[in-house]
Amino acid sequence: MTQVETPKPTPVRARAVYATPAQAPSAGEAMTGAQALIRALEMAGATDIFGYPGGAILPAYDPLMDSKILRHILVRHEQGAGHAAEGYAHATGRPGVCIATSGPGATNLVTPIADANIDSIPMVAITGQVGASFIGTDAFQEADIVGITTPITKHNMLITDPDDIPRAIAEAFFIATHGRPGPVLVDVAKSALQTMTTFNWPSRIDLPGFNAGVKPHSKTINEAARLLATARRPVLYVGGGVIRSGASGGLRKLVDLSGAAVVTTLMARGALPDTHPQHLGMPGMHGTVAAIAALQKADLIVALGARFDDRVTGKLDSFAPNATIVHADIDPAEIGKNRHADVPIVGDLKDVFADLVPALAEEQRKHGQPDLAAWWKTIDEWRETYALGYTPTEDGLSSPQHVIQRLGELNDPDSTIFTSGVGQHQMWASQFIKYKHPRTWINSGGLGTMGFSVPAAMGAKVGMPGKTVWAIDGDGCFQMTNQELVTCALNDIPIKVAVINNSSLGMVRQWQTMLYDSRYSNTDLNTGHGTKRVPDFVKLADAMGCVGLRCESDADVDATIKRANEINDQPVVVDFTVSKDAMVWPMVAAGTSNDEIQYAKGIAPKWDRED
Amino acid sequence: MSKHTLSVLVENKPGVLARVAGLFSRRAFNIHSLAVGPTEHSEISRITVVVDVEDLPLEQVTKQLNKLIHVLKIVELDRERSVQRELLLVKVRADARQRGDVLQVVDLFRAHVVDVSTDALVIEAVGTPEKLDALLAALSPYDVREIVQSGTVAIGRGARSITERTLDRVSA
Repeated sequence: MTQVETPKPTPVRARAVYATPAQAPSAGEAMTGAQALIRALEMAGATDIFGYPGGAILPAYDPLMDSKILRHILVRHEQGAGHAAEGYAHATGRPGVCIATSGPGATNLVTPIADANIDSIPMVAITGQVGASFIGTDAFQEADIVGITTPITKHNMLITDPDDIPRAIAEAFFIATHGRPGPVLVDVAKSALQTMTTFNWPSRIDLPGFNAGVKPHSKTINEAARLLATARRPVLYVGGGVIRSGASGGLRKLVDLSGAAVVTTLMARGALPDTHPQHLGMPGMHGTVAAIAALQKADLIVALGARFDDRVTGKLDSFAPNATIVHADIDPAEIGKNRHADVPIVGDLKDVFADLVPALAEEQRKHGQPDLAAWWKTIDEWRETYALGYTPTEDGLSSPQHVIQRLGELNDPDSTIFTSGVGQHQMWASQFIKYKHPRTWINSGGLGTMGFSVPAAMGAKVGMPGKTVWAIDGDGCFQMTNQELVTCALNDIPIKVAVINNSSLGMVRQWQTMLYDSRYSNTDLNTGHGTKRVPDFVKLADAMGCVGLRCESDADVDATIKRANEINDQPVVVDFTVSKDAMVWPMVAAGTSNDEIQYAKGIAPKWDRED
Repeated sequence: MSKHTLSVLVENKPGVLARVAGLFSRRAFNIHSLAVGPTEHSEISRITVVVDVEDLPLEQVTKQLNKLIHVLKIVELDRERSVQRELLLVKVRADARQRGDVLQVVDLFRAHVVDVSTDALVIEAVGTPEKLDALLAALSPYDVREIVQSGTVAIGRGARSITERTLDRVSA
């Protein structure tokens, strides 16, 4: 062995000239660091920022008042600012920006930053820091936010010299949006904001250690094409990377040409329309039987911007035991992380599709069209026998699945964005709404952040004001972040919230039902039918400047949704009182094999028949 | 588990050592030794890290390290094709009676005495971790009062330099 260079692909040097913003750069102009920060945000292309002022960041809020470009939305909690920036970024594809002060302001951003990191959302977080001479002295509202967020950011930096501010902001936006997207935090000392500087916008970004992405290797592309042309049971395993890359068009071409089965993960819902005949729905813990079974029985899995997350694979060593794996991702560290990739492809998925589609067409000219009839016959049997469904409730209350399904059916998929919190309602919203477009389903996948829905919807609505934005929330999640309804009401951000109110922490309760002998420890929230109803969501909505509606029976669901859709000058909150006994099916219990999927309680699909 | 020696070239930026070391602990890797210092280029530092790890997780942690913005290059240095050294300073209590015996051990290992007082010696030794372990074992019958040891530093044999191409990139 000689000096072995690690398998780092030749980096495309990240020293391309950064796109010069429309504005003429005001090189050499004297101003404070605070003015430089605001100018730099403008130059970087930011238009909407979500934030909350405080001591250390206060100098920046003064020039912010004069900005004609930046719309600052004053949230009610910094966590709301962070999730709003995420929702904005997810809905628009542009980086979301949030701003907070030092200490508690900054630490309140930690959850959204971690969320953006694990879901690869481009975000720039600006925090104030105590003055440079106070750093390290346990000063008032001091927290080492760079140290705290190092494990959960793509990159972060502390700026103490005002001359460094424009470059730091330019780099932050560049890093957040190039390669695999992610959050970048810029911590700016108050003293740097208060000191005079000369504004110089960098003409180029020079980051020798930054790998902005590589072109896919033709050898692996051709190998992937050959495998796709010759596989008998191929599945395209589509992850959120397709949406981040804006590669849905390319995906569609590959799907149509290959004839392969397609599954879209929780992060990829909408990457391919759910109505597409080759689309089997979502894989994973609460995926469709057809999607899970297709992966388990596949002879070829082409993973596209997906990361073999434990919620998708189930017990890893029994996942898709007979499949050859082609794994395409912009991040080389994802390839082979959990499952060995027989054919690794490193690259932006847009480039992957641009190369793979013609390569596959060429292979098909050689080998002829693949005969997948037997595969589709098997899949169609699964789809027919184990279609998604739910049983009616026994307590006379609405089925949560019905409410969510109707929300999907009564809203135009071309003009509606759905966000969700985390739990049962999230799974049902992923299962029962038919998505048509990327960036119309926004949820917290990797981190599983309860309370994501309302602030993310606010951010999505700010970024896409022409769309109807429905936040599908649970009564648990809603109580974590509903303060941002005040922000929505005061800033003309008319989102709609469907609280799927089962009066309990439904997903935890479901696990208690299944695994803890129905002992419901600390999952009762007393918000629903027949309880003390604290808080009363309708009154709460009213108090926060929103319209509050309540729907307590299946018969009223459609009319209530229509009524909510008619109100566009105020946020609307609908309290859908639903049964607490509904459960999310199918289910692969945590830590077990996907082969042990249960279609419904006590009902496991028969596999061997199809073998 | 097997020991791997990684040379990590990093930009000389504040906090970069913490970023690299933190990544190892975060991904549940045990750092056996760590040494950091300047290189022939003022903008680049070199971190030599020895980890106990299987090949597959090593590849994963290397890929994760490559994602750090300030990491320029990572090279694994194979034991046979590189020179790997540690520095050891050891304080031994020795009066006139024992000094001769201790000095004999020092000579055998081609170590040096860098401080002498009436009742103690400070011995300096440079070598592979195995050699230094052997020296410490040979000194163990005596009254060893204090040991301080550096992390491993390593450099590849032959004319090739792992820094030159990286330097081009930084100074271009």
